[in-house]
Amino acid sequence: MNLFLDALAWIVAPERFEGSSSLFVRLGEHLYFTAFSVLIATVIAVPIGYLIGHTGRGRELAVGLSGAARALPSFGLILLLVLVMGVTNKPAAAFTAFVVLAIPSILAGAYAGFEAIERRTINAARAVGMTEWQILWRVEVPLGLPLLIGGIRSAALQVVATATLAAYIGLGGLGYYIFRGLPLGRYDEMLGASILVAVLAIVIDAALALCQRLFVPRGVAAGRTPSLRTAPARRRAMVETSTAP
Amino acid sequence: MNWVLDNLDLIGRLSLEHLRLSITPILAGLLIAIPLGWLAHRYRLARGALLTSAGLLYTIPSLALFVIIPPILGISYLSELNVTIALTLFVIAIMARSVADALDSVDGNVRQSAVAVGYGALRRFFTVDLPLAGPVILSGLRVAAASTVSLVTVGILIGVESLGYLFTNGYQRRIVEEIFSGVVMVMLVALLIDLALVALGRLAMPWARRPGRAAR
Repeated sequence: MNLFLDALAWIVAPERFEGSSSLFVRLGEHLYFTAFSVLIATVIAVPIGYLIGHTGRGRELAVGLSGAARALPSFGLILLLVLVMGVTNKPAAAFTAFVVLAIPSILAGAYAGFEAIERRTINAARAVGMTEWQILWRVEVPLGLPLLIGGIRSAALQVVATATLAAYIGLGGLGYYIFRGLPLGRYDEMLGASILVAVLAIVIDAALALCQRLFVPRGVAAGRTPSLRTAPARRRAMVETSTAP
Repeated sequence: MNWVLDNLDLIGRLSLEHLRLSITPILAGLLIAIPLGWLAHRYRLARGALLTSAGLLYTIPSLALFVIIPPILGISYLSELNVTIALTLFVIAIMARSVADALDSVDGNVRQSAVAVGYGALRRFFTVDLPLAGPVILSGLRVAAASTVSLVTVGILIGVESLGYLFTNGYQRRIVEEIFSGVVMVMLVALLIDLALVALGRLAMPWARRPGRAAR
């Protein structure tokens, strides 16, 4: 446990809060990488995802792409893009890698959000005379929002983790301390920075999880509450009904 | 292309090493996640605790995990064991939820029928619940496996050799082909493991192979 005390001491040491590599600077860089690339990825992926979700076309391609993207090694992708785009364009190369890594989960969130909507709901909207455009904006988008935010949530996690690795190419962020401590064997620094990275990831994830709950449309939330209340506290074999969807 | 042709044996050796480093966490993670997922499925209290900690664990970036785990377990951070344990935890984090969801999705009527014809709890779990949950568990495992193969590369930063070696070495020597071949090989290893999992799934669960029903 001593190592953890050392790490905590490293985090709160006065040097952490001054100079050009203070925690604020590194944390700011990390947040900037994450927010900016997730934003760009959202702008690119959401229209495509909505198009796939609304028309139902191109779904196989999107599923295949996101499956392949999961196996894409993010660390290798950054280094590859830095060499291909030129060592002078490191930030641009890293951002490209982050955006590429963030797109698949946001895309999946966007079209899965539409797919999860019951056909009856959309048919009802069409039956009461809504135009396709109204169905999109007033039915599909609000109902698909929680799953879309879920996709953004996993994209953000992916980027936070990858941004840590980006310090390897000298890009800053909280990973900076890990890579500074690694060759010198300064474990307090590596562990302190790792704890901060972990906490940052958990805080971002929790914030987005909260958004995910807040953006459940009121009508849906109202419909859900009673069924939660009446569910038996404990499952019993004899009263159990089918849980299959 | 020259670099690739000159270094085929290095690429081959690292790919096998990578395969070995990936398979252990995938299998160990699955074996540990099944009882944990069952606990989460069976007991509401365990579900909250287990799935929340799995979620937290899953959130921690792999490099940070490689640094945080060794002092807790008292192992060296520059060891293969460290990478194996971290990635096993990662697989458990994904699979515990997957197994719990899969067991939840088993039709209650089927379970009741099993009880009615006299199946005991243990026999019912292994011969009714687990096989019926199999397809959903398998699709979770495929996700976990692909992520694991990709994360093994990060181990090179703490000195555990895998295809990640081609990334750092290629970067230091400015050889684009080296990094590129590393990326391609990682994806091929992931594809190989995915195909193997699908094939094993078909062997073990022939009933899931219905026409017009994708495995995913």
